[in-house]
Amino acid sequence: MRYNERELLSLARQPAEKAAEILMRVPKKGTPFFFAVLKKRLVKLVVNFLFYFRTDEAEPIGALLLEHCRITKEEENVFSISFIEEPERKYCFECDSEEQCQEWIEALKRASYEFMRRSLIFYRNEIQKMTGKDPLEQYGISEEARFQLGARRQ
Amino acid sequence: MKLNERSVAHYATCDSPTDHAGFLRKRVERHHHHAHHHHATSYQRRWFVLKGNLLFYFEERDSREPVGLVVLEGCTVELCEAAEEFAFAIRFDDAGARAYVLVADGQAAMEAWVKALSRASFDYMRLVVRELEKQLEEACKSLAACRQSPRRSSSSSRKRHLSNPALLPLPEKPAVLENGYSTWGSGGAVPGGATCPDRDGAQAKPPPLPPRRRSAAGSAVGSPAPGLSPGMTESPVSPETACFSKLHGWYGQEIAVLRREWQERQKRGHP
Repeated sequence: MRYNERELLSLARQPAEKAAEILMRVPKKGTPFFFAVLKKRLVKLVVNFLFYFRTDEAEPIGALLLEHCRITKEEENVFSISFIEEPERKYCFECDSEEQCQEWIEALKRASYEFMRRSLIFYRNEIQKMTGKDPLEQYGISEEARFQLGARRQ
Repeated sequence: MKLNERSVAHYATCDSPTDHAGFLRKRVERHHHHAHHHHATSYQRRWFVLKGNLLFYFEERDSREPVGLVVLEGCTVELCEAAEEFAFAIRFDDAGARAYVLVADGQAAMEAWVKALSRASFDYMRLVVRELEKQLEEACKSLAACRQSPRRSSSSSRKRHLSNPALLPLPEKPAVLENGYSTWGSGGAVPGGATCPDRDGAQAKPPPLPPRRRSAAGSAVGSPAPGLSPGMTESPVSPETACFSKLHGWYGQEIAVLRREWQERQKRGHP
């Protein structure tokens, strides 16, 4: 699948919502999970992408799109990211502290576009129930597909 | 740079919400290795699917995997004066970046795509969410102080840019609350003015307002609080509330209670 790597690299240079040096283990194909080594990486959250860099390099080694993923607390200080279609393949992150671990879990759970969409629909409904008015109407965007409940077509 | 491509491709075809979809012709970009080489501009018809800030394209409508992806952060979408009619371009800030030139089937399709793509960025969605979050907070506070005179929204200046990129001039609408009732499909106009809800709800009226929680400042403003436990002091819409699923569950509880009460009242012969 082709993608605009140049723009993604440019995105990786944007100010991050969250960034830290964390130990990371990338699942390697064909290798038993526990053989992969934890490596120190600069991990950077920008919009719905998580970029990871070698600590002394300007360009990221890789990016994870954070849609349809599961963020799981593993053992102490450790959380993992896995994707719906391959739940056993986990990207593991070991933080310096339990607090840091929880902060990242919270941030990553809220990082997807889908999460924001659901929040928006929720707020829209609530405001409509409380005030009788659709808050999006005054902005002229109430008919936008992305703001509808159940905007599902393929 | 690595990307979790398999997951991304899966996301493209799964049943998560699609913001826009349709056939477009995509200009093929060729590299001119020699100055005298001239390739005629050609286009390939592809099935495009927009999900959030990601634009996928497939060879066919029923292809199982996308051929390509355009990440839309930091782009601008503009009509372009290509030889083709109904052409528009997705451009990025980066000086050397190429543009994606796309051609729609007609005027309406082109306009729909340009509009959908202009509002596809994560930042735009985030902006709207934050705006609604503030509005909900203001609405909660207004209802908590329902005995006071109607308040005007001070956020009118924020409103204009949300219909970006058209930036149409909007009528200034103060967010004066009605008495806070939604219509509940019970018919009949709801009286204006910020009157307090009828507490016992015995008459033929829309159901009473849900009980308002105390604000983060902790002051109880005498709003009705039947039904919910008085122990709830945490404001669900203070800026610290981060957990959406918790919020969701919380509101869900009171809605369940309200529904039950309303249905019972209906049964009792509510005209």
